Amino acid sequence: MAGVFDTSTAIYLSMLFPAIGVVLNLLLRDQANLRDTMTFGIAFGTFLSVLCILANEGSGTSDTFVALSIMPGLEIAFNVEPLGLLFAVLASGLWMVTHLYGIGYMRGNNEKDHARFFACFSFAIFSVMGIAFSANMFTLFLFYEALTVSTYPLVAHKRTADAIKGARTYLAILMGSSICIQMVAIIWTYAITGTLDFTAGGILEGQISHMMAAILLALYAFGIGKAALMPFHRWLPAAMVAPTPVSALLHAVAVVKAGVFTMLKVGIYIFGIDFLAETGASDWLIWLAAYSIIAASVVAMTKDNLKARLAYSTISQLSYITLGVALATSMGVMGGGLHMVTHAMGKITLFMCAGSIYVVTHKTEISQMTGLGRRMPVTFIAFLIGSLSIIGLPPFAGSWSKWLLILASADTGEFIIIGVLLISSLLNVAYLMPLVAKGFFMTDSGKKDPITFGEGPLLLWIPLALTAFGCIVLFFYAGSIQDFLLPLIATP
Amino acid sequence: MASSVSLSEPIHHVALSLADQLPILQIIIPFITAPLIVFLGVRQLAWPLAFLASVLCVVTSSLLLKQVIDGSEISYQLGGWAPPLGIEYRVDAVNAFVLLLISGIASVVLFWARLGLKAEVPERSHALFYALFLLCLTGLMGVVITGDAFNVFVFLEISSLSTYVLIAQGCHQDKRAFTASYNYLIMGTIGATFFVIGIGFLYMATGTLNMADLADRIALQHDNRTIQAAFAFIVVGMGLKAAIYPLHLWMPNAYTFAPSPVVAFLSGTATKMALYVLLRFMFTVFQPAFLEEVPLIEAIILPFAIVAMFASSISAFAQRDLKRMLAHSSVAQLGYMMLGIGLFSHTGLTATVIHLFNHGITKAALFLGVGCYVFVVGGASYEKLKGLGKTMPWTSAAMVIAGLSLVGVPGTAGFVSKWILVQAAFEQGWWIFAFLIVLSSILAVAYVWRMIEALYLASPAEGAMSQEVPFLMLLPLWALALSTLYFGLFTDITLGAAKAAASGLMSGSSGMF
Repeated sequence: MAGVFDTSTAIYLSMLFPAIGVVLNLLLRDQANLRDTMTFGIAFGTFLSVLCILANEGSGTSDTFVALSIMPGLEIAFNVEPLGLLFAVLASGLWMVTHLYGIGYMRGNNEKDHARFFACFSFAIFSVMGIAFSANMFTLFLFYEALTVSTYPLVAHKRTADAIKGARTYLAILMGSSICIQMVAIIWTYAITGTLDFTAGGILEGQISHMMAAILLALYAFGIGKAALMPFHRWLPAAMVAPTPVSALLHAVAVVKAGVFTMLKVGIYIFGIDFLAETGASDWLIWLAAYSIIAASVVAMTKDNLKARLAYSTISQLSYITLGVALATSMGVMGGGLHMVTHAMGKITLFMCAGSIYVVTHKTEISQMTGLGRRMPVTFIAFLIGSLSIIGLPPFAGSWSKWLLILASADTGEFIIIGVLLISSLLNVAYLMPLVAKGFFMTDSGKKDPITFGEGPLLLWIPLALTAFGCIVLFFYAGSIQDFLLPLIATP
Repeated sequence: MASSVSLSEPIHHVALSLADQLPILQIIIPFITAPLIVFLGVRQLAWPLAFLASVLCVVTSSLLLKQVIDGSEISYQLGGWAPPLGIEYRVDAVNAFVLLLISGIASVVLFWARLGLKAEVPERSHALFYALFLLCLTGLMGVVITGDAFNVFVFLEISSLSTYVLIAQGCHQDKRAFTASYNYLIMGTIGATFFVIGIGFLYMATGTLNMADLADRIALQHDNRTIQAAFAFIVVGMGLKAAIYPLHLWMPNAYTFAPSPVVAFLSGTATKMALYVLLRFMFTVFQPAFLEEVPLIEAIILPFAIVAMFASSISAFAQRDLKRMLAHSSVAQLGYMMLGIGLFSHTGLTATVIHLFNHGITKAALFLGVGCYVFVVGGASYEKLKGLGKTMPWTSAAMVIAGLSLVGVPGTAGFVSKWILVQAAFEQGWWIFAFLIVLSSILAVAYVWRMIEALYLASPAEGAMSQEVPFLMLLPLWALALSTLYFGLFTDITLGAAKAAASGLMSGSSGMF
C-alpha cells in the first residue's frame, strides 16, 4: 500500500469515504441492497486509506496539514501519530464488521429508517476519523462535538418516548459537559499558552502553577464527558435505548474511546506525562478513577438488563484508561493505550452477542436467558471469550493491558490501586459469568428443552465470531501494538 | 464636495464624477424610491423597484468599501457646507462594511418577500409595505453613515416611524400586532426623546453637533454635570432602542406579531444599529477616558448583561412559539454583546462587534425560516411545527444550521464570537464570566433543542403532505444559513473588521467611522 497515496491525501480520503457514505445512504433511500453493499465498500475504502497511512508513517509522527485557518492560532489541522493511528485502525476496522452486523440486526429486527440510520452511522465514523487525526485540541473538539450530534439521532432512533428521553439525557450530559467545562479548559489553555497544538512533551510546562494545573486537569477530566468518569457517566446507560449495533460500535468503541482517546491526548500532548508526574496534578484523578472502577462494577452487578449491565461495565473499564493517564508514568500510558484496543475488541463482542440474543429471542433481561446457550452456541461462546478478555485472563487480549496497568501502579507505589484492579477483576467475573453459566448449564425447570441450532441470520453471528476470534489473536500480537506505541513515551 | 477634512485648505471647484457622490447616493436611492413607489401606485412595479433600490444600495456600499478598504476615509460634506457647521458623512472600512451588511440583508429579505409576503400581508398593501421598507432601510443606513449627532436622531426617527407601521402590518394575521406596535411606539418614542434630550444637553455644553468636534470638546469638561446628564440620557435612550435588558419589554411582542420578513430584517439590522450608535457615542463621542470616570460599566452594563444572558434564555426556553422564542433569545444574545462592552478591553469590543455581525445573519436566517413555516402551516407555535422536519426538509435543515450557530457550536459563526468573548473574559482574569458565558450557552442548547425536537422527533399531523416552500424562497434562506457556516470557518473579513473597529473604539479615535 505504501506510496499509493501520500499521507495527507490518505487522511482526507479516510474522512471523505464516510462523508460519501452519508450522502449515498440518503440518496439511495429506497434501494436497500445496493445501499448496504456500497456502504460496505465505503467502510472498506476507509479502512484501506487508514492502512495506507499506516504503511506510510509506521509509528512515526507526520507533518501537520492545515486544512483551514479560522483565526491565528485556531486551525483545523491534521497529523498522524501512533495513538491516533491506532484509534483510526481500530474504528475503521471494526466499522466493517459492525456494518455487516448492522445489516443483519436491522433487517432481522424489522427496524425502520435504515437509510437514516446508516447515514448517521457514517457521519459518526467521519467524526471519529477527524478526532483520530486532529493535530490540535481545537480540531479535536470540533469533531468531538460532531460525533455527539451525529449519534443523537441514532440513540433516538426508535422514536418512542423512552428513546427520546434517553437521547435527551445523552445529549444534555455530553453537550453540557463539553461546552460548559471542556471548552473552558480549552480556552484557558489557549489563553495561557497561545497555542492548542498537540506537542510531544506537552505545552503547559512552566506556564502554570501546580495548583492551577490540577484544576485545569479537572476541567478536562470532567469536561470530556465521553470518557464517562463518574459523576458524568449517566449518558452511557441512557444511550442503551439505541439499536444494538449503535451500542456495539459507538458506545463500546467509537464514542467512549473517543473520550478516553481525548483524555490520553490531553495527558500526553497538552500536559505532558513528565509535567503531570512532577506536579502531582493528577494524584486526585487516580482515586476518582479507582472509585469509578469499583463503583460502576458494583452497579453493574445489580442490573438485570443485559445492555445496562454492559454499559456499567464499560464505565468501569473506561476508568482503567483514565487511571493509566492519571498514574502519569510511561507504563500507565502504554497500558491505557493498549486497553483502548483490547477493551474495544472485547466489549464490541459482548454487545453484538446481546443484540444477537435480542433479535432471535427478544429477551433483554439476564434472568430470562436460561438455557439459551444450547440454542445459540456461537453467540454464547463468543460471549464467554469476550468476558474472559474483559476480566483479563490469558490467553485473551485484555490480560496484557491489565498487566501493564498493575505494573504501572507498582512503579508509582500505589499499592492500593493494585488491589482495586484485582478486586475489579473479581467483580467482572461476578457480573459477566452468570449469563454464560445460565446459558449453558441451567434449563427452564420442567420444560423439555429441544436442543436445536437456533442462531439468527448469518450476518448476525459471523461478525461476533470474528471479533471474539480477534480477542484471542490480539493476545499474541499485543507486543507489536506495544512497540507501535513506544514513540509516545520516548522522551522528546 | 468630496475632499479632505482639513478646513484650512480652500475648496477647489473640480469636476465631480458620480463616484464622488457615492456616500449620498447610498442614502438617496432608497429615500427617493420609497415615495416613487407610492406615487406610481402600480402594484406590479412596487416589488421590482424596491428590490432594484436595495440592490443598488448593495452596489454602492461595495464600491464605497472598495475605496476605503485600504484604511482611508471619505468625508462627504452635504451641500458643500464644511463641518462642523455643515452635515458631514464619514465613510471608512468599518462602516462601509456595516452598510454592506444592512443593504445585503435588506436585499436578501426583499428577495424572499416577493413570494413570501403574500401569506402575511394582503396584496393591496404591498406597495405601501415596500415603500416603508425602503424608508426603514434609508434610516438605518443614514444612522451609520452620518458623522453628525443630530443627523443620527433624524435618521433614527425615519427608521423608527416606518418600523412602527411595518410591525403593525402583522394585524392581517393577528390583531394583537396593533398593541405590540403601539407599545413599541410609546417605548421607542421615549427612547428617542431621551436621546434627543441628551443631544440637546451636549449642544448646550459644547455648541457643536459634529461628532469629531464633540469628542474634542467633551474631553475638556468631564466634570460638567450637563455633559454627564447628557451621557445618561443618551445611554438610556439608545438602550431602549437596542432592547438592552431591562429595557427590552417592547421587543418580544413586536417580534412575535410583526410579519416575518419585517422581523428578519429588523432583527438582523435595527437593534444592532442601535447598539452600534451606543458604541459610537460611548467610545467615539464621549471617549474611553470618560467611561472610566462614570460608574456605568460595572454598575449597570455588566450586571444587566449577565441577567439578560440568563433571564432571557430561560424565558426563551419557556416559550411555546418559535417566533417568540427567537425574540427572547435576541435579548439574551444582546447580553453577550453588552458583556463584551463591559469587559472594556480590545478583545471584549472585538467580541461585541463580531457578534453584532454574526448574530445579525444568524437571526435573519432563523426568522426567514419562521416565515417559511408561516407560509406553509400558518403559524410557528411548536404545536404547528410538529413533524415539519419530514414535510419541509429543506427549510428545516437550514433552520438547524442557523440554530446551531445561535448555540455557538464550533464551525458556525456563533462559535467564533463566543470564543473571542470567553477569551476576553480570561484576558481580564474574570474566570467567573467565562464560566457564566458557557453556562448560558447550555440554556441556548436547551431552547434550540426544543425547536429541533418539535421539527424532527414529533410525528407529522395526520394526512400531512410533503409541502416545501418554492425554490425562490429557499434560496435566500439558504444563502443566510450557509453564510453562518462560511463566517464560522473563514473569519478574515469579519474578524479583521471587528478588530479594526475595536482598536478604533478603544483608542477613542474616530477611526471607527
